[in-house]
Amino acid sequence: MINLPSTLRISFRALRVNKTRSALTMLGVIIGVGAVIIMLAVGTGASRQIAEQISSMGSNLLIILPGATTAGGVRMGSGTQPSLTTGDAEAVRKECPAVRDVAPILSGVAQIVYGHENWSTGVVGTTPGMLRVRDWSLSAGRPFTEQDVKSAVKVCLLGKTVSENLFGYMDPLGRMIRIKKVPFMVIGVLAAKGQTPTGQDQDDTVYVPVTTAQKKLFGTTFPGMVRIIMVKAKNREDLPAAEKQINELLRQRHRIGPKQENDFTVRNLTQMMETAEQSAKVMTLLLGAIASVSLLVGGIGIMNIMLVSVTERTREIGIRMAVGAKTWDIRMQFMVEAIILSFIGGVAGVMIGISGSKILSMLAGWPTVISPLAIILAFGFSGLVGVFFGFYPAYKASLLDPIDALRYE
Amino acid sequence: MAIIEAQEITKIYRLGDVDVNALGGVSLTIGKGEFVAVMGPSGSGKSTFMNILGCLDQPTDGKYFLEHMNVGDLDRDELAGIRNKKIGFVFQGFNLLPRTSALENVELPMLYDGMPARERREHAADALKSVGLEGRENHHPNQLSGGQQQRVAIARALVNHAPIILADEPTGNLDTRTSAEIMEIFVKLNAESNITVILVTHEADIAAYSRRIIRFLDGHVISDMRQEQS
Repeated sequence: MINLPSTLRISFRALRVNKTRSALTMLGVIIGVGAVIIMLAVGTGASRQIAEQISSMGSNLLIILPGATTAGGVRMGSGTQPSLTTGDAEAVRKECPAVRDVAPILSGVAQIVYGHENWSTGVVGTTPGMLRVRDWSLSAGRPFTEQDVKSAVKVCLLGKTVSENLFGYMDPLGRMIRIKKVPFMVIGVLAAKGQTPTGQDQDDTVYVPVTTAQKKLFGTTFPGMVRIIMVKAKNREDLPAAEKQINELLRQRHRIGPKQENDFTVRNLTQMMETAEQSAKVMTLLLGAIASVSLLVGGIGIMNIMLVSVTERTREIGIRMAVGAKTWDIRMQFMVEAIILSFIGGVAGVMIGISGSKILSMLAGWPTVISPLAIILAFGFSGLVGVFFGFYPAYKASLLDPIDALRYE
Repeated sequence: MAIIEAQEITKIYRLGDVDVNALGGVSLTIGKGEFVAVMGPSGSGKSTFMNILGCLDQPTDGKYFLEHMNVGDLDRDELAGIRNKKIGFVFQGFNLLPRTSALENVELPMLYDGMPARERREHAADALKSVGLEGRENHHPNQLSGGQQQRVAIARALVNHAPIILADEPTGNLDTRTSAEIMEIFVKLNAESNITVILVTHEADIAAYSRRIIRFLDGHVISDMRQEQS
């Protein structure tokens, strides 16, 4: 039997003799591998972006919205009839066993002034529960406390965008800003969170105690009114239970009869985002599958060229057989040629895939993530393609009759 | 001692619906160290017979013993092993690998014998030297004359120390002077290394180098004469 280094040398020489043909054959694999990597990178990038949004939004999240008003048979949109209060929020937190934390929210837009700088931004009145519900953290300072809420103290937390717009590189802690002309002391800055799925800047917000917002900033139609309540369930599995418990509790608190409709709505945000993430993953698989087809076509290209090569080199095969090449010697030689083609094509394809993904995210602004798994997958698949599509031509070559092969013109 | 023993060898080719009787029961014995010329017109079956002797082809019927081994019992790869170690081929058309140096062409039989590269190179260089091609090791076949190419083929045939060399019209493509040079190599190999040489030829002056002439006609041996080497 012939040894592997010699087989490799013979195969490399054969491929070098037909440089253009070898390069074109490889091109099929290069495009296939490159396409698989780019497609997986785009898909993985999309689902990772969604996953990041889920984690910045906070996990296991429910949102309670006030119900819709009906005026003379005309139903207004959800939230038009304020019905939720800080009391509701407190009751949900205390009485629903599946709920970990709540954050009542009363928000509005206001002009904020510090010195010569001013900035229009969203102001959110809430409780210390907000940070826990949304899994947020502070980059500086301290959060406000239950005591601050109880006493309606005029303190605030700044989002990163607000802080940068008002203070630049100055340290905002302990400074006084004015929101709707009411002075507030900055006690903390939130860590950057990026954008929401709908493109809102989550860092462009100021947080104040909900009581302060109710009394000093925004008018309320009735005492303790809040716009929405965010709820964090204990676990993913507790989300449906929490939804049910909240429904029951609020119907009771709002004195809604058995046949009446709710004056509030509970939405499962986490579930919605997870659905989006799921569909992104399915899309990744789909893109990968489509790209794999081109890899398959590349493999068929290899087989085609190897079959031509076997026919062209029939005489060479005859000579090799005459001087003692055995069935496996011939088979190995053509197999190795096919594998070299797909291997080099695979390496080049990986490089093109990686740089292609980078260029795509630069030009189109799509987030792309190149996972090592995708590279291994594409590379391994291209190797398999070489073995699979190389086998038939090699098999055919090895079964030639030596005397026929020698006489072949 | 018989190195080759053919008993009632027949070979029938099927060409479409017609059976062609290429060999009609040939029995021959060739001893070790003989120098045999096989002659006959085209289609007489001499080439078919040579291919069977060289284990490139299998007889339809009959028995062929090579060094007392029944070749009919061997499978494809065992036959390849016989061709590798027992038989050296020299063809009319040289049959060298194109775009491959003389040295690597000569290395081929050793390559398939699994010899390490360094040893292969040394033996191949020695074999080329013995046929007078020293200094041409790295020439490709298309850079060599016909005579030189045939010398490379002879070096390839003897590099594995095969006891038998089968030459199918080895001088068919060469001019008279070069033919004589090539024949001298065969004579020398036969005389000095006791290699059994069997060659097919049309030409009487080439056959004259041998000591035994076997004539074929229509698939049969019609004469088998021993003669003095001229």
